[in-house]
Amino acid sequence: MSPTTSRTTPQSLVDQAVAVSTSDDCVVIVHDTTSANLRWANNTLTTNGVMHGISVTVISFVRTSEGVATGSVSGSASTQAQVTALVQAADAAARLSSPAEDANELVRDRVSPDWHDSAVPTDIHVYDAFAPALGEAFGRASAADRVLYGFVNHEVSTTYLGSTTGLRLRHVQPTGHYACTGKTADLRESAWVGGATRDFADVDALALDAELAQRLAWGSRRVDLPAGRYDTILPPTAVADLMIDAYWYAGARVAWEGQSVYSQRGGGTRIGETITAPGVHLFSDPTYDGLECAPFVLASSSDNESSVFDNGLPLARTDWIRDGELTGLLQTRHSATMTQQPVTPAVDNLVLAVDSGAGSVEDLVAGTERGLLLTCLWYIREVDPQSLLLTGLTRDGVYLVENGEITGSVNNFRFNESPIDLLRRFSHASATLPSFSREWGDDYFSRTATPALRVPDFNMSSVSQAM
Amino acid sequence: MSAQLDQTFTSLPYRSLGDAALTRARELGVTHADFRFERVRYQRLGVRDGVLQGASDTEDLGFAVRVIHHGAWGFASGVDLTPQEAARVAETAVAVALVAAEMTSSPVEVADEPVYDDVTWVSSYLVNPLDVPVAEKAALLIDWTQRLRTGAAVDHASAYLLQVQENKYYADLHGTRTTQQRVRLQPGFEAMGTGADTFDSMASIAPPVGRGWEYLSDGSYDWDEEIEQVPELLAQKLKAPSVEAGSYDLVIHPSNLWLTIHESIGHATELDRALGYEANYAGTSFATIDQLNRLQYGSPVMNVTGDRTVEHGLSTIGYDDEGVQTQTWDIVRDGVLVGYQLDRQMGRMHPGLNPTADGGGRSNGCAYADSPGHIPIQRMANVSLQPAPDGPSTEELIGRVERGLYVVGDKSWSIDMQRFNFQFTGQRFYTITDGQLVGQVRDVAYQATTTDFWGSMEAVGGPQTWELGGAFNCGKAQPGQVAAVSHGCPTSLFRGVRILNTNDEAGH
Repeated sequence: MSPTTSRTTPQSLVDQAVAVSTSDDCVVIVHDTTSANLRWANNTLTTNGVMHGISVTVISFVRTSEGVATGSVSGSASTQAQVTALVQAADAAARLSSPAEDANELVRDRVSPDWHDSAVPTDIHVYDAFAPALGEAFGRASAADRVLYGFVNHEVSTTYLGSTTGLRLRHVQPTGHYACTGKTADLRESAWVGGATRDFADVDALALDAELAQRLAWGSRRVDLPAGRYDTILPPTAVADLMIDAYWYAGARVAWEGQSVYSQRGGGTRIGETITAPGVHLFSDPTYDGLECAPFVLASSSDNESSVFDNGLPLARTDWIRDGELTGLLQTRHSATMTQQPVTPAVDNLVLAVDSGAGSVEDLVAGTERGLLLTCLWYIREVDPQSLLLTGLTRDGVYLVENGEITGSVNNFRFNESPIDLLRRFSHASATLPSFSREWGDDYFSRTATPALRVPDFNMSSVSQAM
Repeated sequence: MSAQLDQTFTSLPYRSLGDAALTRARELGVTHADFRFERVRYQRLGVRDGVLQGASDTEDLGFAVRVIHHGAWGFASGVDLTPQEAARVAETAVAVALVAAEMTSSPVEVADEPVYDDVTWVSSYLVNPLDVPVAEKAALLIDWTQRLRTGAAVDHASAYLLQVQENKYYADLHGTRTTQQRVRLQPGFEAMGTGADTFDSMASIAPPVGRGWEYLSDGSYDWDEEIEQVPELLAQKLKAPSVEAGSYDLVIHPSNLWLTIHESIGHATELDRALGYEANYAGTSFATIDQLNRLQYGSPVMNVTGDRTVEHGLSTIGYDDEGVQTQTWDIVRDGVLVGYQLDRQMGRMHPGLNPTADGGGRSNGCAYADSPGHIPIQRMANVSLQPAPDGPSTEELIGRVERGLYVVGDKSWSIDMQRFNFQFTGQRFYTITDGQLVGQVRDVAYQATTTDFWGSMEAVGGPQTWELGGAFNCGKAQPGQVAAVSHGCPTSLFRGVRILNTNDEAGH
């Protein structure tokens, strides 16, 4: 059947799904997403795009004498006919499925006051100020023998969550980020700046180029250093990289079943145990200033850390580590019952704060006699789940600090470190700031606030020749 | 009997949308326009400890228009499947090109390609896994986890099945029209257990493949034997001694070596990386184009090809996302870098890499977009290490090692942004002493620099050791795109590779 031409609102797609469902219950998630991006390399634009998509997920729930079975079907859909097809597929899938182990009562009767509002779009004009400045930055960089490579993306996703149990929740999520790599014309020095933004009003292409110019100038003195343990300052972006891994691997069920760094040897989780230095707080909060995110659960399918039955559960500030003590893990209602802990589902932002944290990265540099200042990390992967040992690389600028000042640039390294262990061993922290993970921020997790951390014995396992 | 184009796809209105979009683009005076309509269906099943945790279906349906106008790319995509919307999206692509032209200092040109007027291509499979009832697939995975859990060392077991059906229609202003379909699937399982003061896991080493549901039953992979063996392999791993860090000779099985090839050869010979297009994200390459035909990539036994044609390969297709017919070519010959992976823009920029009779250069067919909402970029071909004709068996290679490790299965991977320094772990590492396998060791990672590692390759196995591995989840580009790709290789022998003890790395 070909789709019809009728244009519909996201709310009407939700209503249509709920109306035509033949299952006992039905949950519908509609994401209306627009985005615009610019990408450049070698001081010229390379690709770009403006995208619009509407994705609809229908989750059907069918009660039998043995329990509740579910079916989840998602697709691009912009017409009533397409949504009806999705509902029919989800209903059929649920009827053929076995009872769900995570079955729970569906969340009931929660309505957002702005439910009836339209989806919020973005378009290429979000770069009306940035784009001409970027063109000017290309000219400045070329004239000064710098080469710029980078990407900006702005996306606004409006989510509508509805159900046969009276859920009508709406959330508008702007997500934006910018990043620019600068290299010297001989490609021997590389620097990077990047961050998150909600609207690009605060992003100045010429300022980015100026900061890259300063960082590349630090590389006028080149120092080759061997592998080893170094007094190392991790800027907020690098700390964000590592904390996101600590968060993603914090599933309660996996910990309970003995397979993560958060597992108690002999059984159970380490909740209640002091796992980092005192004064360390790792938490998520959907209302955190500048990092606002969906204040309710959205789950298109069930797995160890999410449950379709939990759709619409309210989310609030959740402490994962409080004053050094592990206080929570990523839970569904199912895993919370299993582990006999509070229901603490994942939230789409993450904040690390340290009681003693004060000042800036520059202040940490000023207080360091001899050490390394990193720019960011790259290609981070789990090596050993027992300690949450991660490996990865330093990237786009490792700087030598001597007597409180940056005195040159150093080769890159491969590191092997555990974020949990780093939170036990760090010696100094800056104040917590909005940050952007170089590794995960683009596509997976862009809302973080982290301090810079100074670690007296960071393990640089080998030298990387990458420049 | 080979599969046919899916009628639920061929009944979609892609031809009229393509005509509307290309007509509008031509009216607006573009120098190039292409239209791509895609429907990609995904299904994922996850099972843990005998229970289906989740089964979800996802479909990505839409279209995109890409133009070259005033020397710049313009790209836009849409989801409303009407000719009016297709024309509007074409207008948006042209408007985006006008914005982009202000910042484009090198005018975009693309290499010529013969016209393929209304051709079709379907990948090699028998049964579309998406046509198999979910209950049947779930029952198989549930059975796997239950059988794994009969092992004394197994506390928990999980299994999953990813399946993809990809349909693409491409049309451009030159008259090429292609309609294609391919199917791929990735089944997997893992057993988890606990030792005295440790925990660990052992996963299947079965590769993801461009095959149909028959992969689970046609004997091309022995699932039953592996499920029988994995609990005992896990038990041995949990009791195994921790490795002593140092230098070892390695015999690496294709189930591990494919990933090292992917990271250190596949990505390093993507020309867009070598040219700096990925400098802000995926990274660049040490294998810069000035070193073509000069760089000693590895030892003389190293021969690497690129292809998008091998049967059951995950990157295999008839025509790429720029309408280029797919090909096979050399990347490393006798240890020397001789080729790159190209798209049409790079084929024009560097005509000598894939020369045509008129000297204009040609793409070798490596453009791919993972969704109708994303612009095609240069993505990886099936990059494969060739076996030695009449080469040795895996046992013979092990027999040549006095003190070493035999590496099976992939696990953790990481490589730097210029593809020099890498570190990999595996599912299991066996000690080799005086040419014999002695038993497993734990906590192993191998770390090397790409050209040192391939330079230390003393021997490649014969065709009887060659297997096609691969991945569904190769990431690249901004906005991020995911691609599936295969890598074939024989078991191979490397001398003097640095081995780390991961416990030591975590200690201080």
